[in-house]
Amino acid sequence: MKKRARFTWLLCSLLTGTAFSSCQTVKAYQKNKLNDSEMELSARKAQKFEQSFQLYREGGSGANGGKSGGGCGCN
Amino acid sequence: MRKIYLGVLALYLGILSSHAQIGKTVVKDTSNYESRRLKIDEINFVSAYYHQDGNNSAVTGGIGTEKLTDFANTFDLQLSKYSASGKKHTFLFELGIDHYTSASSDKIDPNTISSASMSDNRIYPSLNWTVSNEKTGNAFGITGSYSHEFDYQSVGGGVNLTRVSKNKNTQFDFKAQVFLDKWKVILPVELRPPGYGSGSDREDHSPVDHKPRNSYSTSFSISQVIDTKLQALFIVEPSWQHGLLATKYQRDYFTDGSERVENLPGDRYKLPVAVRFNYFPGDHFIIRTFYRYYLDNWGIRAHTAEIEVPVKLTAFVSVSPFYRYNNQTGTRYFAPYGQHNPADNYYTSDYDLSTLHSNFIGANLRLAPPKGVFGWQHLNTLELRYGHYMRSTGLNSNIITLAMKFK
Repeated sequence: MKKRARFTWLLCSLLTGTAFSSCQTVKAYQKNKLNDSEMELSARKAQKFEQSFQLYREGGSGANGGKSGGGCGCN
Repeated sequence: MRKIYLGVLALYLGILSSHAQIGKTVVKDTSNYESRRLKIDEINFVSAYYHQDGNNSAVTGGIGTEKLTDFANTFDLQLSKYSASGKKHTFLFELGIDHYTSASSDKIDPNTISSASMSDNRIYPSLNWTVSNEKTGNAFGITGSYSHEFDYQSVGGGVNLTRVSKNKNTQFDFKAQVFLDKWKVILPVELRPPGYGSGSDREDHSPVDHKPRNSYSTSFSISQVIDTKLQALFIVEPSWQHGLLATKYQRDYFTDGSERVENLPGDRYKLPVAVRFNYFPGDHFIIRTFYRYYLDNWGIRAHTAEIEVPVKLTAFVSVSPFYRYNNQTGTRYFAPYGQHNPADNYYTSDYDLSTLHSNFIGANLRLAPPKGVFGWQHLNTLELRYGHYMRSTGLNSNIITLAMKFK
């Protein structure tokens, strides 16, 4: 299991590192696609309650813009 | 001589017109002046109805109904103003109200018509104040929050920092939050010591314990524009919880036939790491992806992957089918009904913490016409979202959400 976790970490770092290092300088006037509201990097507002119930129905949580503490709501 | 006079006159008019140009520039600058009055940026209203059913309730030791409904609503109001120094002050007020009914909670005391937490309301206001300098790309904010349920109170506070690069292609965010919670310790009826109350003020006023549960979380994220069609977000959210982390009205049954209330360690360290990639390959569809790896010191390991493909039917209407897959290895403290070892220190039959996988499928409809939704100028965006959740333990649920943005 430890090996698998280490492999996942490595893969994530590699993918992210590769993506980030191959960045172009994009000017403001070239951002019409990036500025599209569907391209927002945060989770949708309408996902708020989905993430909240997933937090309670699954052991893993966090890093998706959902609730990370405060108040139980845990039934 | 007349030519000279005319030349001087032309020069004078030229100077005047150049002054007029300067005057025009001044007018232009004035138009760039930001109002210092507090103005409403946007108002969001999100409402959801959630229903689940299953047969592994933790309240009854891993068997029995998990039927639950939740009607959840949040309203948020974002206001902003510019200070004399040109800094932008943004105030975000949020108010959430949930109403839920839980059939399993009614089994805390099956002898009463309705036990303490069978249905409840949760109310949670919060306020964030962020000051941002648009010239430097720096922002700093503070948050205060509160949450109240019948048996649970939470007071929270936090800070947030943002740094945007000069070319606005890279953004770094940091957030630190503290939640100081207090939980009323409600016990199953048959496991209450003599003189211990039910927890319900309606039934009796015998005393019950109150225990703290505090959460400390940090979040580091970096978002990056990769090219004109692709952008990414990398996020790490280490957190630590301390206090009463077990739910004391949940029962556990052991191999020797004995019964106890759930017991879990008083500390939990969590480390989720996630990455998002959003790609806009053509004019009609977008690919939104998300992946998260999660680990904690209770032995839970999880992989979560999500894909959503917004299809633009027109420039202002899109339909986004989505799919989410989650796979987790459960905590070492979990065992099903009647299978716990009596010698164990920690035990739970809460299937939320067991080894499982889940599928979540649905679609999101988004309307954002320039003249407002249904011709109502202030209703900027309307989203309607439906999702169906299937868990390998047999739990199924449905959620329908309506989100409206007013500007």
